[in-house]
Amino acid sequence: MMKKIFTAMMGAALLATSATAAFADSKTVKITSIVEHPALDAARKGVKDVLAENGYVDGKSLNWEFQSAQGDVGIAGQIAKKFVGAAPDVIVAIATPSAQAAVAAARGRIPVVFSAVTDPVSAKLVKQWEKPGGAVTGVSDMLPLEKHLGLITDALPHAKTVGVPYNPGETNAVVLVEGFKKIAESKGIKVVTASAPSSGDVLMAVRSLVGKVDAIYVTTDNTIVSAFESVVKVGMDAKIPVFAGDTGSVERGAAAALGFNYYDIGRQTGQIVLDILNGKKAGDINVQGVEKTNLHVNTESAAKMGLSLSDAMVKKAEKVVK
Amino acid sequence: MSLIAFLGAIETGLLFGIVALGVFISFRVLDFPDLTVDGSLPLGAATAATLIVNGMNPFAACLAAMAAGAAAGLVTAWLNVRLGILHLLASILTMIALYSVNLRVMGKPNQALLGEETVFTPFENMIDLPYYWVTPMVLLGIILLILILLNLFLSSEMGLGMRATGVNGRMAEAQGINTSTMKLTGIALSNAMVALAGALFAQIQGGADITMGVGVIVVGLAAVILGEATISTRTIILATIGCVVGSILYRVVVALALNADFIGLQAQDLKLVTAVLVVLAMTLPGARQKWAKRKSIKGA
Repeated sequence: MMKKIFTAMMGAALLATSATAAFADSKTVKITSIVEHPALDAARKGVKDVLAENGYVDGKSLNWEFQSAQGDVGIAGQIAKKFVGAAPDVIVAIATPSAQAAVAAARGRIPVVFSAVTDPVSAKLVKQWEKPGGAVTGVSDMLPLEKHLGLITDALPHAKTVGVPYNPGETNAVVLVEGFKKIAESKGIKVVTASAPSSGDVLMAVRSLVGKVDAIYVTTDNTIVSAFESVVKVGMDAKIPVFAGDTGSVERGAAAALGFNYYDIGRQTGQIVLDILNGKKAGDINVQGVEKTNLHVNTESAAKMGLSLSDAMVKKAEKVVK
Repeated sequence: MSLIAFLGAIETGLLFGIVALGVFISFRVLDFPDLTVDGSLPLGAATAATLIVNGMNPFAACLAAMAAGAAAGLVTAWLNVRLGILHLLASILTMIALYSVNLRVMGKPNQALLGEETVFTPFENMIDLPYYWVTPMVLLGIILLILILLNLFLSSEMGLGMRATGVNGRMAEAQGINTSTMKLTGIALSNAMVALAGALFAQIQGGADITMGVGVIVVGLAAVILGEATISTRTIILATIGCVVGSILYRVVVALALNADFIGLQAQDLKLVTAVLVVLAMTLPGARQKWAKRKSIKGA
């Protein structure tokens, strides 16, 4: 009995060969994501849109396939192997676990373009951002920390120290704070950190910054963002402008933020895919960070924090909260 | 389905066969529903990945991962045996605690292993076959070794004691078996195996990830039950082989589900398709038996 079922299944498995459409000039792009959620889905849509705008239309000149691992790393590995076995022109992998599985399975024989991977170097997808070599490149969703610092110095040209409250237990937060410190110090700006291990500690942590800093910057640290109102309160009481790493916090009272969206990250990824389809080598394409950012400002909050935003900045803002 | 995808399914099946054997010990031998595995698989992966990155030999790193898994199992069993917490709850507690532990072990949510030396590297240089043949072959060797050792263990005096504990704890105790020791040992052994699977998984997959453990218990149970449906459970040898076969079948089913687009199914239907196929695989043998019986009655 078991033998029969086993043979039947193996037979079915071998029979279900994926019939690759054999258009002479059509390209095959296989895309996978570790899970489906709005940000990652937007990234996927961005890739597809760019390809369509450049003449690679799904079902005609493009053979497009999407598989979601639905949160299961084991399935991510199987998807990666399925893709590699089909020998597509490009494999696009969204988020770190999917990207690692794709790179491990492709072994440099098929170009892999990752998307929405925060730190591709420590994820060992590439050796470096510039000319990564091999057959892997892509787009990181690392916060554009340099631009964030630029926003602060634009709004506050005389700022000498910036305070950053963060949760030292949140890996993502630690990476961002360390990156921000490096960039700020290279520009002669001091960073003072305050640790808040839980959202209940945020108020005290931010208060400890009063008197020491000219501005407060909050990254996408979940702990601090979840208690963002505390940060705003201290900012207003002590007249210290608060800047945020995500635009959602502007409505909650941050003076200004430069955010980005995952659709744009997907579009950047799509551009890389396009370059590879047009004959460029993945290893010659630099890994990219977030390029397009949207400025959101809150003029009322800014005024309460003793900051008058310049007309130019308000004009530039995509959204102004009053 | 391409050869790479097919061998990939076999490879993942063999790998999760180790998990299935671990689940078999807790769930079937000891009758102890143990959800620790959702935490001990990534624990094994995290331990091995971190040690390998820091220069440890990958084989030694696998042993360290097994030790870490055994420790996790001991915690669960101890919570149950000594503190009297319900087994299911005890294992859930260890599982959630392991999430934090795993973050601590790696120091971040993802530890990459791409380009590092793994236990598979020496074999790739030794065996003159494409890489996608080598990993399943090495895994087959590992799982055969585990099957032999496990069967020797389960037919030893201690193994028999463990089986008696699972079947009828009170009776076993009356016979002078220390059921607490049996549970502690069994759950530790089970999680050591699951952690080994995690360690090997990280080395195949290119890294350990904090989300690796999600749903491992379901996959393990599916493999055990599929094995029982396809292979007899009459002897312990057949039952353990069944776990491995069940795990491979499960992965082939997943691979089929991944190729189900030709009947209009899409990526988001994967888990549904997998569940339906597993249900079919489990119920078909019974249905066929019934059908055969009815036919023989009619014929008589």
